[in-house]
Amino acid sequence: MTSLLVIIVLVLLAVALWQLTKIFDLTQVGSNSDSSEIATDNDNNVQGYLMFGFLAFIYIFSIYGLFKWGPLVLHTPASAHGGEVDNLMNITWVLIFIVQAITQVLLHYFAFKYRGKKDQKALYFADNNKLEAIWSVIPAVVLAGLILYGLYAWTNIMFVDEDEDTIVIELYAQQFNWKARYSGEDNVLGKANVRFIEGANSVGVDLADPYAQDDIVVTELHIPKGKKILFKMRSQDVLHSAYMPHFRAQMNCVPGMVTQFAFEPIYTTAEYRELPFMVEKVANINALRSKKSIGLVAKGETALDPYTFDYLLLCNKICGASHYNMQMKIIVDTPEDYKAWLKDKATIVNEVKAAMAEPAAADGASGTDSTKTKDTAVVSVMAMK
Amino acid sequence: MSAEGHDHAMDHEHEHHHKDTFITKYIFSIDHKMIAKQYLITGIIMGIIGVGMSMLFRMQLAWPEESFKIFNILLGDKFAPNGVMANDIYLALVTIHGTIMVFFVLTAALSGTFSNLLIPLQIGARDMASGFMNMISYWLFFLSSIIMIGSLFVEAGPASSGWTIYPPLSALPQAIPGSGMGMTLWLVSMAIFIASSLMGSLNYVVTVINLRTKGMSMTRLPLTIWAFFVTAIIGIVSFPVLLSAALLLIFDRSFGTSFFLSDIYIAGEVLHYQGGSPVLFEHLFWFLGHPEVYIVLLPALGITSEVIATNSRKPIFGYRAMIMSIIAIAFLSTIVWGHHMFISGMNPFLGSVFTFTTLLIAIPSAVKAFNYITTLWKGNLQLNPAMLFSIGLVSTFITGGLTGIILGDSTLDINVHDTYFVVAHFHLVMGISALYGMFAGIYHWFPKLFGRMLNKNLGYVHFWVTAVCAYGVFFPMHFIGLAGLPRRYYTNTNFPLFDDLQNVNVLITVFALIGGAFQLVFLYNFFSSIFYGKKAVQNPWKSNTLEWTTPVEHIHGNWPGEIPEVHRWPYDYSNPAHDVDFVPQTVPMKEGEEVLHH
Repeated sequence: MTSLLVIIVLVLLAVALWQLTKIFDLTQVGSNSDSSEIATDNDNNVQGYLMFGFLAFIYIFSIYGLFKWGPLVLHTPASAHGGEVDNLMNITWVLIFIVQAITQVLLHYFAFKYRGKKDQKALYFADNNKLEAIWSVIPAVVLAGLILYGLYAWTNIMFVDEDEDTIVIELYAQQFNWKARYSGEDNVLGKANVRFIEGANSVGVDLADPYAQDDIVVTELHIPKGKKILFKMRSQDVLHSAYMPHFRAQMNCVPGMVTQFAFEPIYTTAEYRELPFMVEKVANINALRSKKSIGLVAKGETALDPYTFDYLLLCNKICGASHYNMQMKIIVDTPEDYKAWLKDKATIVNEVKAAMAEPAAADGASGTDSTKTKDTAVVSVMAMK
Repeated sequence: MSAEGHDHAMDHEHEHHHKDTFITKYIFSIDHKMIAKQYLITGIIMGIIGVGMSMLFRMQLAWPEESFKIFNILLGDKFAPNGVMANDIYLALVTIHGTIMVFFVLTAALSGTFSNLLIPLQIGARDMASGFMNMISYWLFFLSSIIMIGSLFVEAGPASSGWTIYPPLSALPQAIPGSGMGMTLWLVSMAIFIASSLMGSLNYVVTVINLRTKGMSMTRLPLTIWAFFVTAIIGIVSFPVLLSAALLLIFDRSFGTSFFLSDIYIAGEVLHYQGGSPVLFEHLFWFLGHPEVYIVLLPALGITSEVIATNSRKPIFGYRAMIMSIIAIAFLSTIVWGHHMFISGMNPFLGSVFTFTTLLIAIPSAVKAFNYITTLWKGNLQLNPAMLFSIGLVSTFITGGLTGIILGDSTLDINVHDTYFVVAHFHLVMGISALYGMFAGIYHWFPKLFGRMLNKNLGYVHFWVTAVCAYGVFFPMHFIGLAGLPRRYYTNTNFPLFDDLQNVNVLITVFALIGGAFQLVFLYNFFSSIFYGKKAVQNPWKSNTLEWTTPVEHIHGNWPGEIPEVHRWPYDYSNPAHDVDFVPQTVPMKEGEEVLHH
C-alpha cells in the first residue's frame, strides 16, 4: 500500500516536472538555436515575475510561521537573569526583522524590476564611497550597542561573586543519566574524583573529606524558589551539557574539570504550571497526545499518559547512543517545601555505610556476593584515607 | 584571427609532442581543467551520499521509530532491523552527513573544482604552478573519500560522535561503538584529506602570486580569484591545526597519552588518563572549524560576485570594498573560534572577547550583501539559472547571517546553543549558501568545463523547487530550536514537552524530501548535458574575464597562441565609453578612456 502510494507520488512528481519544463519551453518560441540555453527576454520576464512571487512567498511564509509556530517557542523565563536574556533577544529580533524585511525586498524587487530587456542599458555605477561608508558605519554602530548590552548581561550572568549567598549543588553527568549532589549544612561540596567511585558511592565522593560528610546524592533535582543556586557540574565519562531551557541556563559538563552556572528560580513548578501560556501549551500537547492515543489503542497498544509540565534538565551535548533520553526532572519548591524535602535525605556517607551493612545483615542470602565484594573495596578506599 | 590562432595551436602541439594516453588524459592528468572535472564529479558523488543520508535521518525525525523498508535496504539488518532505524546509526548518519558535506563537498569539491578551473584561466596562466602536486592533491582527496566511504562498512559502524568528534566520546569505543574502527578510519581519512587540501591551497596561492599574465595586476583580478586566493590562505593557516588535533587524538586513542582525556570512569572501570582536557581539543578543532565556514563560503561568494556582475551587465559595485571585506572576513575568521565554546567551561572572560570579535564579522558581511544588492540596482539582469542561484545565495546569506547575531552573542547563545536554531542558522548561511554558490558556478562554467550547455529550463525548475524547499526546511527549524529542542536527538518522543513540535518536524521533512528529490533534476541535467547538451559558443554569457577567450575545446596550455595581455579590470560591463555592453579584459584602453577604478 505504501509502495503504491510512493509510486503514485513519484509519477505525479514526474508529470509535474514535465509540465513545468513544458511551460518554460512555451515561453521561448522562436529563439535562436545557438544560444537557446541562454536566458531570452521572455525568460527574464518569467523569472523576474517568479522572483517577485518568491518575495511574496518569503513574506507570507514568515508571517504564517510567526503566527503558527511563534507560540511554540520558550516563553516566560523561570529564572531571575532570564528576563535580561529575553530582553536582549527581543531587541535583537526586532533589528533582525527590520534588516531582513528591507534587504529581501530590495534584493528580489530589483531582480524583478531590472529584469533584462533587449533595449535596456545597465547603469555604469561602479563605486560610491559615501554608500560604502553608510553601510559600514550603520551596522558598526548598531552592533556596538548589541555588543555592549550583551557583554553587560553576560558578565552579570556568568561571574558569581564569592561572597554571594548561594546554595551549592553539584550536577553529575554520566551516560545516560543525571545525579545531583547537595552540599548539605556547610554549603561546601566534599572533594570528589571518579577514582573514588565504588558501589553506593556512585559519584566518587571522597568519603574521608570533612566537607563530604553532609553531602547528599539524589536523582531528582529540587531547588527552592527565590534563592540563587550555584551549580557545579562534573562528568564521569564523556562531554555532556546541562541544559535547562526554561531557566535560560546551560553549561557543558567536562570530565576532568568542574564547570559552573548559577541562577535564581523565580517560579515554583506549581506556579509555572499555572501561567496562562503554559496552561494553553499543555492543553495543546494533551490534545495532540490523545489524538495519537486513539491510533495507538486501535493498534492494540497502550494510550499515552496525559502530560503535566515539569522543568527539565536535558543533555545537550552528543554523549552516546542514548543521548536522546538523558534527562532529569527539576522541581522548584517553595523554600519551606525544599527544606522539608531535603531534611530526611540520607547523606552519601550514611548511604555507603548502609549499603555495606546490608549484605552483612543478609549474610547467607543468595545473590549478594557481587555487592559484597564491591563494598569491601569501598571500605579499603575509606581505610586508605 | 581565427586562422592565426589555429596555426599557433598547431605550433604549440608540435613543440610539446603531447601524446595523451587514456590514463594520462583522464586518470592521472596534470591538466588543471581535467583535475577540476575530477574534483567536481567526485564531489557530486559524495554530495549524493551526504544529502541521501540527511533524507534518511529526516524521515526518522518526522516519523520516529516507524518502519521503512528503505532503511532496511540501505542500512541492513544490524542497523535497521525490520526497517526501524537504530539509535546509534542515526548518530552515525548525522556525523557522516556533516563530515561529507562540510569537508568533501563544500571544501574539496567547491574549491577543488573552481579554484582549479578558474585560477589559471582567469589570471592567464597555462596551468597551475605545479601540475604534478595538483594531481597528487586530487588523488589524495579521492583516497580520503574512499576511506571515508569505506568506514561506513566496518562492523561497529562509522564514526558517530558528531562531525566535531569531541573527545572523550570520539576517543573511547566503550562510549559509543562508532568510536572504534569507524573513528580510526575517519581520522585517517581526514589526515589524508588535510594533506590534499594543503597541497591544493599552496598551489593556488603560488599560482595566483606568480603566474598572472602581463597586465593582470592584483587589482585587476576577478573577485572569484580574490576569493579563492584568500580561501587558500585561510586553509593553509588553519588546516594544520586540525591535523595536529587529529594526530593528538590518534595518540590518545592508540598510544595511551592524555592530551584530551582525564578522570574517566566508564563501563565499570577507571581509565588511566589524567591531566588532559577536552576543552583543548575544542580549541584546536574550532581554530580550523570556524575559518572552515569561510573556506566554504568565500569561494561561493567569489563565484556569486562574478555571476552577478556578468548577468547584471553592470560592474560589481564596490570592487575594492569587496576585496577589503574578503580580507577582513578572512582575518576575523581566525580570531572568533571561541564563539563555538561559550558554554564549554572556558573562562567566561574569553566569551566576552569572542563575542566582540564575532559580531565584528557582521560588518564586512553587511558590506558584501549591500554591494550585491546595489549591483542589481538599475542593471539589465539576464536571469540565467546561474544568476538565480546567485541571487538565491544572497538571500540565504542574509537570512542565515542575521541569526548569527544571536548565536555570536554569548548571552543569547546560552539558551540556543546546540539546539535546532544552530542547525537552521548554519545550514542557511553556509550550507545552502555555499551549495547555491556551487550550483551557480556549475551552471555558469559548465560550457567551459564540458563545452556544452546545461538545459536552462531544467535549471529553472531545479532552482525554484530548491529555493522554496530550502526555506521550507530551515525557516521552521528556527522555531523548534527556540522551543529548546536539542539537536542530535534520535527521537523526541521521550519528551512530551516537545510533542507540539512534531508537526513542524513532519513539515520540515516533507520539504526536505521534495527538495532532495528535485536534485535528481540537476543530476539528470548535468550528466546528460555532458554528452548530449547543446554545443557551447566561446563566450555564451558575454563575459569579460579571460577564461572565455580560450577555445571551447580543451587544450593543454589553455591558449593556442600567446597568453593574452590584460588591459583593464574585469567589470567593464555597460561602460558608456563603448558601444557593446561588455569589454573583455583583453581590449586595450581607448585613447582618452578614463581609468575609473585603479
